[in-house]
Amino acid sequence: MSEAAQGGQFVRLAEIERRRIFIALGDRRIEALEGDSLLTALLVAGGRIRQSEFADGPRAGFCLMGACQDCWVSLADGRRLRACTTLAEDGMALEPIA
Amino acid sequence: MSVVVIGAGPAGIRAVETLLAHGLRPVWIDEAPRAGGQIYRRPPANFRRKPGVLYGFEAAKARRLHAAADAAGQLADYRPSTLVWDIAESRLQTAGSDGLGTVPFDAMILATGATDRVIPFPGWTLPGVFSLGGAQIALKAQGVAIGRHCVFFGTSPLLYLVAYQYAKAGAHVAAVLDTSPAAAKRRALPRLLAGGSALAKGLYYVAWLKARGIAMASGIEPMEILGTSRASGLRYRNSAGDECEVVSDALAFGFGLRSETQLADLAGCRFRFDPLNRQWLPETDEDGRALDPGNIYLAGDGVGISGADAAELAGERAALALLADRAIAVPDARRRWIARRLARAKDFRQGLEQAFPFPEYLARRIADGTVLCRCEVVTAGALRASVAGIGADELNRAKAYSRVGMGRCQGRVCGAAAAEVLAAALGGEIASVGRLRSQPPVKPLPMGLL
Repeated sequence: MSEAAQGGQFVRLAEIERRRIFIALGDRRIEALEGDSLLTALLVAGGRIRQSEFADGPRAGFCLMGACQDCWVSLADGRRLRACTTLAEDGMALEPIA
Repeated sequence: MSVVVIGAGPAGIRAVETLLAHGLRPVWIDEAPRAGGQIYRRPPANFRRKPGVLYGFEAAKARRLHAAADAAGQLADYRPSTLVWDIAESRLQTAGSDGLGTVPFDAMILATGATDRVIPFPGWTLPGVFSLGGAQIALKAQGVAIGRHCVFFGTSPLLYLVAYQYAKAGAHVAAVLDTSPAAAKRRALPRLLAGGSALAKGLYYVAWLKARGIAMASGIEPMEILGTSRASGLRYRNSAGDECEVVSDALAFGFGLRSETQLADLAGCRFRFDPLNRQWLPETDEDGRALDPGNIYLAGDGVGISGADAAELAGERAALALLADRAIAVPDARRRWIARRLARAKDFRQGLEQAFPFPEYLARRIADGTVLCRCEVVTAGALRASVAGIGADELNRAKAYSRVGMGRCQGRVCGAAAAEVLAAALGGEIASVGRLRSQPPVKPLPMGLL
């Protein structure tokens, strides 16, 4: 299977009756549900959340419990957030993912 | 007297409840927005699944614990969504949504919990690869599966629990691959009987998975997570020694748990090496009192892994010890009852270690080119080079030379494997390489707070 064609990493299995919200990812607008962590929102929509700053490729978090620090992302205003412990909010604007 | 409890998992909840019942009102600090800890983690408030769906056999326990947490949260000085990032001179430094704070304390109970114990493999930093605990959180707290075709590997009771929960929730489980041989589990059975219903539940999960035709194998050896920009499968050796591949866009793995000890370290606790957990742990007496300093108490998985049931009891025990030390009358019969129950939990834990032994041989022979530290992309070879480079004979010297353990996670993820790699490079025992010293802040702080 082609890796690029796989779409989102996470698959919703339950709790889909929540209010829809939208997040900006650079020019791209992605749909999420209220109560999603930022990591969930990003990984339902795609297959990565950031590039490793050590140039070894894309990353998509690892521990999901605030321990590994692998999922820090940047808001468009420059603030940094840990995606697994931050709730996605309607209208949030993030830096695009390289 | 100001008493602080850190952590709102099973141990922290019962500790706070016990202090409140005896007239003390602690400051109660937890990183999570809602009390429950990881195993009884609660989804955000607008989620609707019932406890039976979220916690299975443990639903009644979860409900009781959450009710106790909510009642205690009303009475204590409860500060959720707050990180303790340093402890020095009987003061905590905190960071929360309302900024930085300082909390002085006379006595403290640490109930800091645990995270997955991990062994790095080639490809483990690829998107689509998560820790086993992380995979469980995705499902429980967010209602998502980590991917379309999930492979779970490693070894621990959690391996089968997570696979069962995923399959039950409608996810496709492509394989459950256990590094422990089947014979180890048979041998451990007599000791596991001490766990009573915990053993029965474990056997049920395995039987349930088998009955649904989910591929399972024991005695396997993971070789490589496949993929270039995303995970696409796992290459492993089966128990007969043949190379196999399973196609998968999502993998989660773990080899039991490791205690979170950074705050105990910063608080100045004395540590000893614990062979059962293969980890340096804060040293306590049988009531959970730190041997030094005397105003600190520890409970739950943060001071050796024994699971959620034992953590509830240990949290209560630590609180009773704290109260007794301050001449507040506590029921002796209850303390003795807890001691007996915890002794049984320890027997069970030893049985689990026999059934799901940590495959330290996999950690010791991680290839030189494999990324060990995912924070800063440092290879196992770079860590080994510290031995020849500067004669590193313990972890902190090796860290200074190689940067393994110096990244944002401070070795939470790679530390257990790094200790095995260094010990093997030196031809010694894991105890001999010491432990990584903790540094404040124990986790990165958002810039806006400083």
